Amino acid sequence: MPADSERVLDVRDLQVYFPVRSRGVFPRTIGQIKAVDGVSLHVEAGKTLGLVGESGCGKSTTGRAILRLTEPTAGTVELDGTDITHLSRHQLRPLRREAQMIFQDPYNALNPRQTIGSIIAAPFRIQGVDPPGGLRTAVRDLMDRVGLNPEHVNRYPNEFSGGQRQRIGIARAIALRPKLIICDEPVSALDVSIQAQIINLLQDLQNDFGVSYLFIAHDLAVVRQIADRVAVMYLGHIVESASREELYTRPLHPYTHALLSAVPIPDPEAQTQRERIVLGGDLPSPLNPPSGCVFHTRCFVAQDRCKVEVPFMRDMGDGHQVACHFPIEEQRIGEVIHGPNSGLTEPIKGEPGYFSESITDLGAVGTTRLDSANSTDEGI
Amino acid sequence: MTTSFLEVDDLRVSFSTEDGVVRAVDGSSFSVSQGETLAIVGESGSGKSVTAQAIMGLLSRRSADISGRVVLEGSDLLALDEDDIRRLRGDRMAMIFQDPLSSLHPFYRIGDQLVEAVRAHRKVSRKEARDRAIEGLHRVGIPAAQQRVDDYPHQLSGGMRQRVMIAMALINEPQLLIADEPTTALDVTVQAQITELMVDLQKQTGTTLIISTHDRGVVADMADHVCVMYGGRVVEYGTIDDIYYRPAMPYTQGLLASVPRLDSDRNERLDPIPGNPPSLINLPTGCVFHPRCGRRSEVRGDLCATVEPELLEIAPGHSARCHLTAQAHAEEVFGAR
Repeated sequence: MPADSERVLDVRDLQVYFPVRSRGVFPRTIGQIKAVDGVSLHVEAGKTLGLVGESGCGKSTTGRAILRLTEPTAGTVELDGTDITHLSRHQLRPLRREAQMIFQDPYNALNPRQTIGSIIAAPFRIQGVDPPGGLRTAVRDLMDRVGLNPEHVNRYPNEFSGGQRQRIGIARAIALRPKLIICDEPVSALDVSIQAQIINLLQDLQNDFGVSYLFIAHDLAVVRQIADRVAVMYLGHIVESASREELYTRPLHPYTHALLSAVPIPDPEAQTQRERIVLGGDLPSPLNPPSGCVFHTRCFVAQDRCKVEVPFMRDMGDGHQVACHFPIEEQRIGEVIHGPNSGLTEPIKGEPGYFSESITDLGAVGTTRLDSANSTDEGI
Repeated sequence: MTTSFLEVDDLRVSFSTEDGVVRAVDGSSFSVSQGETLAIVGESGSGKSVTAQAIMGLLSRRSADISGRVVLEGSDLLALDEDDIRRLRGDRMAMIFQDPLSSLHPFYRIGDQLVEAVRAHRKVSRKEARDRAIEGLHRVGIPAAQQRVDDYPHQLSGGMRQRVMIAMALINEPQLLIADEPTTALDVTVQAQITELMVDLQKQTGTTLIISTHDRGVVADMADHVCVMYGGRVVEYGTIDDIYYRPAMPYTQGLLASVPRLDSDRNERLDPIPGNPPSLINLPTGCVFHPRCGRRSEVRGDLCATVEPELLEIAPGHSARCHLTAQAHAEEVFGAR
């Protein structure tokens, strides 16, 4: 690996496990929820890494663990060359200037009893920074920069709409000119006509200040708009990562194929002509993840090997990495592929996309599934 | 023109609040023919959910002020009393809500909730109702429906719960099904499952479907006609091709242009609609969209800020509420003479 000094964030083998305790007077640890299980990623200076996945895949926990809002179980987090994994809260404080966060829900991320001015000034106060020209001017400049009227400095959050509140959160995040901002689903709570405004604002700020983003989102179209590089997460693991062009034009992991095909395209004609994959079932429980490849229970190209052997991340050229034994190179246009046990149609013998074995463990959190549907003799 | 299956005519719903009167729906008119799918598209606060609730008779007359007509096969639903509409609801018309968790009773087994839905409208034995419940669950693709029927809602995942909601809505084979943001709370891969399920079921049963959503991708998958709402009004109505390939109203055009999508060439910058959606307490005068409209200057005079445009038919089956299209249409008609 080249010693890349340009990396603002370097995460290696990050694990976040949450213990599950038994009830009673003397609780014992009876299991672990493996929310993040061996995630490695890096963000280059002035660039954006998109981290996509469905709810429960661990993408938000990854973001929180990087800033140590949640304590990582293992692994290292290097922020701008400094290993922050084992720093104390006290040692960490000055480094918080370099990394900030924008949250999903702009309604809960702002203190309702503080004025906008005092919310945006908080980073200066906490870090003891005296901005040139004084605090008042700095706050007004920030408000102006993110598209808020500086005259509203004495208003309270409830007087603002969702999009404006998100702008307040952004102003607070950029106040100290951090090197890295972790954006956790920053537009998913906003109306569609407002989302584009916020995405443009984030891009403008990156162009102006050279800030890097770790952009966590579930919306693949939004990520395509803003990210330079994209990593796809599934059940605590990164299953594929590549540059934006590569990932969207030449996806390799079957899960990425399924995710991309599941995003409806707002064009009725194009919609009928594209590859369509309907995955069966739900995300398995991170309490008891499937053996081998974590995706094998829902995968439409899985074979016996996938059930026992964990696929390691490998480079397929041009920095396109994938963790899959049988990456898919070509798209199937206009075909509908059903994952195993989608429960929607009866399996037809010999049709591609059917799993060769019966599925017995698809259990989502708290469920048990006893079905053994879809046994056909032919897999892919 | 054939008589439509459901006709909504000048529906108005307002709520009195401490801050003033909220005009949630302010003159919404559209019609649906039997067996087709109408999508109501709009952002939050556009009035799409309230329209759906008004059709289903779910708004309390004490808190909401409702006027206009909602005609289902010749009878005006708004004129019916509470008992009559209760008899229709769950039988001839049914609804699927956005959040399946808060729509299912947490203390009852899903089977019992389905049985109740059957027995409220059909004189059948418990045993028979239970068989229907199992059959209903099977139809929506719930594996091992025999066992699952005795589960509580919390034992099911979000996608499975939404399937139960769909099973419950369809259990008495309604002629009209209203789905209010049925896939919004779900993950994309599960969303794809549910969309496919709804399309399949509609093909089998021939139910008329009204789906309200903000996701134009879901609409492209399912709808025959689209009704775009903004500020409590229908601002454009047409076939799916009209709306996606020939949008007339600047708001519809803006919506299509501003959202990042997977298929088109990626532009470095998005082209957002400026400003924020209007407050329903204090709606702009004239055209509700005029403060955010980029094409306002193309209209002669300052009509947009003063006069509210009518919903005008600009091509057969395609109407828009906009001075600009009205002006262009008038020039076309009169200019040709």
